[in-house]
Amino acid sequence: MNRLLTTAAAFACLAGAAHAEGSLSVYHWFEYIPQELVDKFTAETGIAVTIDTYDSNEAMLASLKAGKLGQYDVAVPADFMVSIMAADGMLDTFTPEEMPNLGNIEQQWLDVYFDPGRKSSIPYQWGSTSYAVNRDVYTGPIDSLGVIFTPPPELAGKINSLDSQNEVLILGSLFLGIPQCTTDREQLKALNDMLLAAKEGWASFGSDTAKDVLVSGDAAAGMIYNGFSAKARAEGANVEYAYPKEGHVLWMDNVVLLKDAPNRENALKFMNFLLVPENAAAVTNYAAYTAGVKDVAPFLDEAIKTSPENNPPADATPGVFAQACDQETQQFYDAIWTNLKK
Amino acid sequence: MDLRRYPGFRAMTLLCLVILYTPLIVITVYSFNASTSITTWGGFSWRWYADVFTGPEAPRFRAAAWNSLTIALIAATTATLIATAAAVAMVRGGRFRGKSATFTLINLPLMVPEIVIAVATLIFFSMIGLTTGYLTILIAHITFCIPFAYLPIAARLQGIEATYEQAARDLYATRAQAFRLILLPLMMPGVISGYLLAFIISLDDFIITNFVKGAGMETLPTAIFGSVKQGIKPNIMAISTMMLAVSVLLVTLSYFVNRAGQKTRA
Amino acid sequence: MAGFAPKTGAEGTGYTRIVGPLLLPTWAMIGIFLVLPVALMAVYSFLTKEFRGGVIWDFTTAAYDQFFVTRGLFGDEPAAIEWTYIGIFWRSIWQAGVATLVCLIVGFPTAWFIATRPPASRQLWLFLITIPYWVNLLIRTVSLKFLIRDNGPLNESLMGLGLIDGPLPLVNTNLAVQLGLFYSYLPFMVLPIYAAVERYNFALSEAAADLYASRWVTLREIVLPVVRPGIIAGCILVFVPSLGAFLAPDLLGGAKTFMIGSLIEEQFKGSQGNWPFGAACAMILMTLVMIVLIAYARQQSRAEGG
Repeated sequence: MNRLLTTAAAFACLAGAAHAEGSLSVYHWFEYIPQELVDKFTAETGIAVTIDTYDSNEAMLASLKAGKLGQYDVAVPADFMVSIMAADGMLDTFTPEEMPNLGNIEQQWLDVYFDPGRKSSIPYQWGSTSYAVNRDVYTGPIDSLGVIFTPPPELAGKINSLDSQNEVLILGSLFLGIPQCTTDREQLKALNDMLLAAKEGWASFGSDTAKDVLVSGDAAAGMIYNGFSAKARAEGANVEYAYPKEGHVLWMDNVVLLKDAPNRENALKFMNFLLVPENAAAVTNYAAYTAGVKDVAPFLDEAIKTSPENNPPADATPGVFAQACDQETQQFYDAIWTNLKK
Repeated sequence: MDLRRYPGFRAMTLLCLVILYTPLIVITVYSFNASTSITTWGGFSWRWYADVFTGPEAPRFRAAAWNSLTIALIAATTATLIATAAAVAMVRGGRFRGKSATFTLINLPLMVPEIVIAVATLIFFSMIGLTTGYLTILIAHITFCIPFAYLPIAARLQGIEATYEQAARDLYATRAQAFRLILLPLMMPGVISGYLLAFIISLDDFIITNFVKGAGMETLPTAIFGSVKQGIKPNIMAISTMMLAVSVLLVTLSYFVNRAGQKTRA
Repeated sequence: MAGFAPKTGAEGTGYTRIVGPLLLPTWAMIGIFLVLPVALMAVYSFLTKEFRGGVIWDFTTAAYDQFFVTRGLFGDEPAAIEWTYIGIFWRSIWQAGVATLVCLIVGFPTAWFIATRPPASRQLWLFLITIPYWVNLLIRTVSLKFLIRDNGPLNESLMGLGLIDGPLPLVNTNLAVQLGLFYSYLPFMVLPIYAAVERYNFALSEAAADLYASRWVTLREIVLPVVRPGIIAGCILVFVPSLGAFLAPDLLGGAKTFMIGSLIEEQFKGSQGNWPFGAACAMILMTLVMIVLIAYARQQSRAEGG
């Protein structure tokens, strides 16, 4: 055992030494950054980048809390998760001098509720969550969330729901016109009952698979992120992304500087690099969402620039961000979700 | 009548193989698909194999495949050794205090859901100050491979009468000789079964590995997980096909080595 | 029939005195790297949850309370038994049971068939069963889904042959989940049974046949008791892991309902972020399995002790 620990310590030293030599450790969503862009960063700076991936905001939080904080330099949490991590003291801050490209951030994304004035985070990509239908199956109107929650006969039993509590419950609340984080019993009961009834018309739950089920035809409609919908269309599925009159969900993923980052300097370089319009555009071209960075337009692929998924009609109801409910209220929503999937 | 043959058993085996191999045929065929989408056939092409070796992610895949194979090899070997010793003690050790507790202990890795092992182990490693990396993956893999190796070995051992060894010992064989010359050859099918199970379990693990691996350390499952979940990509199918090819190659090799060995002995 | 079971007595083999050293690696490995972390989880299950993941070091039985007791959606109704989680457990147990049975029904004949091949080719057959598992489970499951979907190769060919008029709805059904579990765990049934059957002495069958026992009576009365350890090992290796399986239920079954695996997963990796509750679910699951295993081990050692 002693020998084992010594070996482990030796390993630890080796790892520590590696960190000092111009490396960068990124904790990122899977399939969210083009390898070419990472290679470009390495070519420009000589910094070797290692990327670890996660599949949900909460999985990232769990593994950081369980002991990986201090191993990574940057992570890419969504808006609400940035505030959670900040409240937990998991984020480091930077000064505007350390982030020369801060001025490249679009005005509307500078003073965001989860990081006022952008002291720990920069925008990565932002997008929306709504639903898409396969136009070969259903040709009716898609102006309402009712298509998903009270599906027309053509779509009944052919709908994929996201397997993500937050997004499903917010879309449900929008449909019923009730506020997020409500504590009103009647409203919560109504949400609970509506979802239980809606589930009758759903074929499956899946977030990562949301695009795949539309492309393969396993589902004819489904809640989906706008970028996924665009990719589904690009892969040949005849899908249309909806901007329902009740509204849709907006979100923004952000690159955050983690506390105890082993390579803080390199992390800042990386964040600056991502704020260069050409580089932000490269991510957008890959992920099909929208960069929160100015002057990316010249670098965007034509298909992305003009895609209906990234350009809501002028008269569309604006989207809303998820609110982080307090603990007391959140437990009602947890109960509704468990009830839905029990 | 041949008491070894039961009607339908051969058919059942063939059915098994059909079910096991049909999805693999799909993977192999579509790894040669020129199109990016699994839904359309774009003609025969080697492009995804080229992509695996020369594409932007090639170094990552290479490192991941190397890590996966070496970890599986070391973990399965170690777990099999540990499990073999444990099986001998449990089956040949008579009654001793804590026997059923030990039995439960051996099977504990099966009982705890993977995500719980993953989070708990990571917390534990960071508590004792063990930096996550190759070593932590290896430790975790050896631990959860033990029951998979143990159960077939113990099952085999339970069917071997002690009389052979007793006879050998009566003829002044040492315990080590009796083990090496009598017991080990008799229990070999169990050891091989256990080893194979441990190997494929280690090769396959995603959840635990993903938590206990260090930054930048990838195994094949962690390297490909994302691109499979969002809809399997052709380069992943190419990698899988190559893994199959490697395994077939190894099996064929070991078959001929075995046969040659048997011939020289005969 | 116990008399047919070979004697596995320890007398005279010389291992009784070195039981400790033989078991030491197992105790050390699992004791340090699993029991300690799991003990930590046991403690966690009695701690207060930190909002959205993590724990606060305040002792409470809230997690177990949540599992067994309900006070309505708003927490102000009289306490009653919470059936939600018991239901989820029951569904998972039932599903794992069916999967085990199916694996046994298919796996036993397969193991038997392999064990009765000429010795030289047996290993080849074993490899044949395990080669598919060189491909990652996720990939295998995804391609299985591809095969059985409404417009997939299976349905297309069945329709092409004129055997069915419309596609068989398989994806997102329990049948698909069972197929997935079967596909995930088959070798874990076949290999242990093979290891036991390979040792079977066919003279016993001949003796039975001489006494006019039919083939199937021989199988039930003579063979099964002898190869029972292999069958039990296989059943443990299939049943226990499939209790916590979630790839097959999620991808093939559509994830419409929680299984034990996905319920616990949700507590650590989902929005609910309730570690103590996830830990409590794991402890309850572990306790259930442990009761069964200890009962088996006790019965086993009583049988040995005579």
